Amino acid sequence: MTSAILVSILMTLVAASTPILLAALGELVVEKAGVLNLGVEGVMLTGAVAGFAVAYSTGSTGAGLVAALVAGVATAMVFAVLTLSLTANQVATGLALTIFGIGASSLIGAGFVGRTITRLGPAFPEALSGHPLLRAVLGHDIVVYLSLALVLAVSFFLNRTRPGLILRAVGENDASAHAIGYRVIAIRYAAITFGGALAGLAGAYFSLALTPMWADSLTAGRGWIALALVVFAAWRPARLLLGAYLFGAVMTAELQFKAAGVTVLPPEALAMAPYLATIAVLTMMSLGPKSGRANAPACLGKPFSAS
Amino acid sequence: MTSIITRRRFNFGAGASAAALPFTAGRALAQAPLGVGFIYVGPVGDHGWTWTHDQGRLAVEKEFGAKVKTSFIEKVAEGPDAARAIRQLAQANNQIIFTTSFGFMNPTIQVAKQFPKLFFEHATGYQRADNVATYNARFYEGRAVIGTIAGHMSKSGQAGYIASFPIPEVVMGINAFHLAAKKVNPNFRTKVIWASTWYDPAKEADAAKALIDQGCDIITQHTDSAAALQAAEQRGVFAFGQASDMKAFAPKAHLSAIIDDWSGYYVKRVREAMDGTWKTGDVWGGIKDGMVKIAPYNDAVTPAARAAADAVQKGIVDGTLHPFTGELKDQKGVVRLKAGEKASDELMSKMDWYVDGVQA
Repeated sequence: MTSAILVSILMTLVAASTPILLAALGELVVEKAGVLNLGVEGVMLTGAVAGFAVAYSTGSTGAGLVAALVAGVATAMVFAVLTLSLTANQVATGLALTIFGIGASSLIGAGFVGRTITRLGPAFPEALSGHPLLRAVLGHDIVVYLSLALVLAVSFFLNRTRPGLILRAVGENDASAHAIGYRVIAIRYAAITFGGALAGLAGAYFSLALTPMWADSLTAGRGWIALALVVFAAWRPARLLLGAYLFGAVMTAELQFKAAGVTVLPPEALAMAPYLATIAVLTMMSLGPKSGRANAPACLGKPFSAS
Repeated sequence: MTSIITRRRFNFGAGASAAALPFTAGRALAQAPLGVGFIYVGPVGDHGWTWTHDQGRLAVEKEFGAKVKTSFIEKVAEGPDAARAIRQLAQANNQIIFTTSFGFMNPTIQVAKQFPKLFFEHATGYQRADNVATYNARFYEGRAVIGTIAGHMSKSGQAGYIASFPIPEVVMGINAFHLAAKKVNPNFRTKVIWASTWYDPAKEADAAKALIDQGCDIITQHTDSAAALQAAEQRGVFAFGQASDMKAFAPKAHLSAIIDDWSGYYVKRVREAMDGTWKTGDVWGGIKDGMVKIAPYNDAVTPAARAAADAVQKGIVDGTLHPFTGELKDQKGVVRLKAGEKASDELMSKMDWYVDGVQA
């Protein structure tokens, strides 16, 4: 295999990993604040359709990315109002949000089926990435670099800053955080806003970069992989990065093996791999020294109302 | 998730609404329009399979005007739940109902038993009854035409084929494509990736990229989205559209497409239902019947490839060419067709073996 092919495979791998990394990173912050949002898939879809609609109408993929952020936040706000202000059940509301997102995106996108836009291009001028090895480093689009920067930023924020500590406190013990004067609900609103923005961006990565078109259920279940990934990473940003690229590698390897005529496992088995890996990690975590829920935020999924 | 969560939209054409039904029933003794119902598995806007069926519905409206009233339910999940949707159409004054996906087979038979006076038409299935007919298209004929073009246009002599599931319909298409390409280039290779899905645009695009990485310079697919075409366009290789003309997605890469055209069949069957001459039966129509069409060739298609593709079409139409003509051996060397023998419909509809040169 020449280096050009290896680089090409690497580019496919990075592109496949980026949206699940973004969506999972947003969900990680949400869960660290003690909220379980199962509606990631739905938020991704509204982001995907809004991004495409705006990019198609204005001719600017940049405007599309911004629109996806806004649409993601707007959809996540529905979830936030229901679960935080009205203390609805988070699991049921999250599932409902996915169903809502599938339907709403299909309705909004009906007029955009069959249209195309210019794909989101590389972030740097192509002259810089003439050599295959340079292309592997400099040939990606802006969202890829943004996702990597965000992993660093989130990791630093959660572990090295005071607001990060407060956010974690809210997720670990909402009553105590409330008692010493932190505004639990406001902090959770902020976390859900961040999660919604990233899920919206992840969705737009499908409709603007991976497959520049709109079609119903474009993300085809990647939101669920992102949710599994957060558990797989044991709520740690660095492990999330590793996990996302591992999941991306598994998805890409499956196809490369088939194309090369190597049958390692049946394709159905490889399609199960991300979920099997998550179950395996969960099992290992509960068998480990800190048994039980290990690193999961203690208040994850519990409704909070100040009394 | 789509198998569980489906959005149902009950849609009446020709301006009628559910509230108006009592009135139309009252007029039934006069010249009431004939109700024609359709059940779709996908959204009308899928730009593929369901879209082509809806084009057929629109052709029925155009042909008969006020004499018909068409309606459809889209995004109906395959399986037992479909019975509810079919029954809904049966109770809404429809005389003839088309159920347009393989997975609607058992529900169609079940509902048809409860409505013996109505006519049912099930696409791609094999179970029939006195009031249930089946119909399908000979897509493999189209595959033979695009395979011929692929044989001429490929420089590397390798095509990538993104397939959904190893059912006879798909296997037949792979073999027909490969045999036609091999006739042009005896060393031709067809590499198959099983996507294990009918629809996952990102995965279809990644599969296309993997095939291109492995040296394929022609991409074709038996999945539903145009994502593979976009990937081919991006990488500068050729590809073919599926179910409808997909040139808009890949102006340079799109060499041609296999188009499904159900209009002729739907108009004919609705006319028979009107005249009272409708009978059950099984139709498997191809290029000759206009059920399968080939999209206009891209400018990039060479004169030699055009001539060869036209010749294949002509041969299929006048019956001198059958895409599956012996001697034909499978990959294990077993002779499946003797020299000069043409494949029977039965042999094709049970095909579960690959011809030599297919990497599946």
